[in-house]
Amino acid sequence: MPQMNLAEALIDGLIWSLRADPRATIIGRGIAGHGPEHAAEDRLKQEFGSRIIDPPTSEAAVAQLGTGAAMAGARPFVHYGTAVFAYEAWNQFINEAANIHYMSNGQLSAPVTFHLFHGIRGGGGPQHSGSPYAMYANNPGLEIVLPTSPRDAKGLMRSAMASNNPTIVIQNAKLLGLTEDVPAEDYYIPFGKADVKRAGKDVSVIACSRSVIDALEAAAILENEDVSVEVIDIRTLAPLDVDTIIASVEKTGRMVAVDETYEICGVASELIASVVTRAFSALKSQPVRVARPMTPVPFSPPLEAAVNPGTQKIVEACRRVCLR
Amino acid sequence: MDESRTINFRDAVLEALFIEMRADSNVILIGEDVGAAGGVFKQTQGLFAEFGERRVIDTPISEPGAFGMAIGAAMSGMRPVFEVMFGDFMTLCMDQLVNQAAKVRYMSNGRVGVPLVLRTTMGTGANLGPQHSQGFYAWAAHTPGLKVVVPSNAADACGLMRAAILDDDPVLFFEDRLLYNSSCEIASDLPIVPIGSARIVRDGRDVTIIAIGRMVAFAQEAANRLAKDGVDVEIIDPRTILPFDAATVVTSVKKTHRAIVVDGAPLAYGVTGEIAATIMEQAFDWLDAPVMRLAAVNAPVPISRSLEPLVRPDAIRIENAVRAVIA
Amino acid sequence: MKKGLKTQNGASDDGQLMLSMHRTMLRIRHFEETIRKLAASGAVPGLVHLCAGQEATNVGIIAALEERDFIASHHRGHGHCIAKGAPIEELMAEILGKASGLCGGRSGSMHVIDMDRRNLGTNGIVGGGIPLAAGAALAARSRGSDDVCVCFFGDGALNQGLLHECMNMAAIWKLAVVFVCENNGYGEFTAIDDVTAGPSMPGRGKVFGIPSVMIDGMDVQAVYDAARRAVAYARAGKGPSFIICNTWRFGGHHVGDKQEYKDDDITKAWLLRDPLLKSAKVLAATGVASAKAIAQMEIDAITEMMAAADAVRRAPEPAPQALLEHIYG
Repeated sequence: MPQMNLAEALIDGLIWSLRADPRATIIGRGIAGHGPEHAAEDRLKQEFGSRIIDPPTSEAAVAQLGTGAAMAGARPFVHYGTAVFAYEAWNQFINEAANIHYMSNGQLSAPVTFHLFHGIRGGGGPQHSGSPYAMYANNPGLEIVLPTSPRDAKGLMRSAMASNNPTIVIQNAKLLGLTEDVPAEDYYIPFGKADVKRAGKDVSVIACSRSVIDALEAAAILENEDVSVEVIDIRTLAPLDVDTIIASVEKTGRMVAVDETYEICGVASELIASVVTRAFSALKSQPVRVARPMTPVPFSPPLEAAVNPGTQKIVEACRRVCLR
Repeated sequence: MDESRTINFRDAVLEALFIEMRADSNVILIGEDVGAAGGVFKQTQGLFAEFGERRVIDTPISEPGAFGMAIGAAMSGMRPVFEVMFGDFMTLCMDQLVNQAAKVRYMSNGRVGVPLVLRTTMGTGANLGPQHSQGFYAWAAHTPGLKVVVPSNAADACGLMRAAILDDDPVLFFEDRLLYNSSCEIASDLPIVPIGSARIVRDGRDVTIIAIGRMVAFAQEAANRLAKDGVDVEIIDPRTILPFDAATVVTSVKKTHRAIVVDGAPLAYGVTGEIAATIMEQAFDWLDAPVMRLAAVNAPVPISRSLEPLVRPDAIRIENAVRAVIA
Repeated sequence: MKKGLKTQNGASDDGQLMLSMHRTMLRIRHFEETIRKLAASGAVPGLVHLCAGQEATNVGIIAALEERDFIASHHRGHGHCIAKGAPIEELMAEILGKASGLCGGRSGSMHVIDMDRRNLGTNGIVGGGIPLAAGAALAARSRGSDDVCVCFFGDGALNQGLLHECMNMAAIWKLAVVFVCENNGYGEFTAIDDVTAGPSMPGRGKVFGIPSVMIDGMDVQAVYDAARRAVAYARAGKGPSFIICNTWRFGGHHVGDKQEYKDDDITKAWLLRDPLLKSAKVLAATGVASAKAIAQMEIDAITEMMAAADAVRRAPEPAPQALLEHIYG
């Protein structure tokens, strides 16, 4: 089985999609980021250069072109780069792509896949460090996918391209270098299936995107304190696999929800609210959120580090819920 | 004794604008059809005649550009009230809202602020369909640097609009169009309502309902019916979504031990989840049952007369939820 | 008398103005070079976008402004900040994320707001500053003032709907805006001609009835002359102008960009048109300053920047309690 980093796996999934479907096209450049993994994109250019369009800096128009092309039978993959640039295309995501299947009573679909890099990235400053996916998920009609491992990235990308719904694949760029064995053949990972990344019995840490990696680090630390942490990677924010999360919380009786989105109306809040409705009686202590505090992300490195809901904060949250 | 009068929601907000525009010549109104036309919902009538085209400005249909300009004007000394005709169009202003308005004070290390108000309408119930019915206050609440208010009645609407204009930070003001004709009593001096303070609408013992905007009236209807069966409901109207008055809500839940959050906007990653999670974090040991949530169905809003009412909670659904949580 | 830049002896004198502009361009060039070295040594968090090569545009436009006039800048904005009078050490500290920075270290290169000098800020969003400048012009008009507002943007922003919305509104309301496009031929890594339709860039302003020109952005005198006309036009209440300055960035989109998309021959041709070379020639030819005096000016600029770098490198980071300050007023 070949070793791939997450960037290579994403590209591999994309290449399989382009091979499988002649309607699939690419709009945008820099799909593998601008860091050390960026060369993964070369394979795409070599094999499918003629199906790649490099657009002008017209985010709103590009989103709508992608949506319109999808409605007319294409299967575009639209890369935006930094997720916050897609605010300029917000109207197209929310009012057009997300609604078209419903508004047309099923006649039309918008099988477009958008690709964004989100999150605190080191010196990004307030305008480049946003993680907007909780806001996307507040609106019906979009599928939202957050791969955290190379194996997941390839399979989820395949499903995204094959899906008939508008899909947002949103990636924390810091994960692009993660490496593992990835099957060389074509395969899919379905949406709405969370993944138990680490089994445990004392506390359930429910996370997505980069927070999954931080949670795994926290679990390793807590193992030395005889606390057994189960880490659930939700993988897709919409559709959300509530059943797997509830099964875990019913087993451990303790819950910590972690995510990089802002705390208020963010992912961690929703995870707690939706899970506890069904798992309330199983809880031994109150559920705890670990999220970004309500401040713009500062540019200065030590201040930025303080904003990050990282490993140490997860460790402390787990200790708190385990006090009883 | 203070005199009071009856006023409807639309006029209450308009009166607030008159008061503050008369008091401070830096307050200007910017929007589409707000000038001579008096607003598509008649919500700005009379302002153009009194204040003229320099202070009541009709823009082309250019929300991103015009809102960005309102931010620039606010940074250089004005206090704009910017209207987005339908809240659904707020999507066109997202970059300016999230990346500019919300962050300027922070990015400038406190040297310059953005004292503007973004007022917009929302609400299902008029068969206007998926692109003219949405309420996006959850997004605004998810953005540090903004303040978000959702008044449920005319008196609060007036007082909160005054507070919003006087506030030195960007305030989002969401008006449910179906409340425009609803009336209530207001003190004749049209008092300011502070941002960040919830209101206890009804005292009760058995369950706390936290209701947003138009849902307050449905909650009151449900409470009246439940009272006949001896169920005593406490209703809280947060009024401000951000900064949220968690203290009032938590105190109430510690008393009643049960909570239901009701919102007319979509459930997922919205305000009900936030309030539920906050209650769980701060009052977990006092809860006899999980916090229940009622919100709009997770679907685009259809226009059809038979389908649209099914989208959002109503008094019956609230009543059923109370009975379920008490059982 | 131009108050935008201090001249040597206070006299209204074209030669002194040229000298002053040359000095500012030198300071920008060496500021950027200093930042480049700091970034290469790992002292700069995040990404930084340098404007070396574009100094004539930065300086020539702002020289036509008074201190009370506004500017809005973009992500490649250190030169704008310096030309508008930002203190060097505080600007450098901001770029390095230090507590003594203009914005307390929390904003960095792309979000430097400097309202004391009427600088609405550099901006991380392409086109983000355009409506801010137009808004400041709207505010000026509301106050009955003839303050002028310049917005700088790159060629990438020519394709932002936002630009056209603001041009339209500035034109119908006759706002005192000067739209300045610093056309360096690349939107990030993409050649502008590949993504910009239409036979004429000035045509994008003319369609709104806005006086629009395209000029040599490497010639600071030409830039200044065009700016002076536009500023006078705006101040007289006649409305906006659109100036496209053809220029070139000597570095990459950001520090670290290998610039594989640039053609070597074209690059060489642009280097010969370095605005500093041209300006020095004019100063020598007109006898305003000797080669020796110009060389001394360069040494002074280098010294100034090195001293700032020394101080800033040693300066403290922001304290943790700074994190939650100034979210609300």
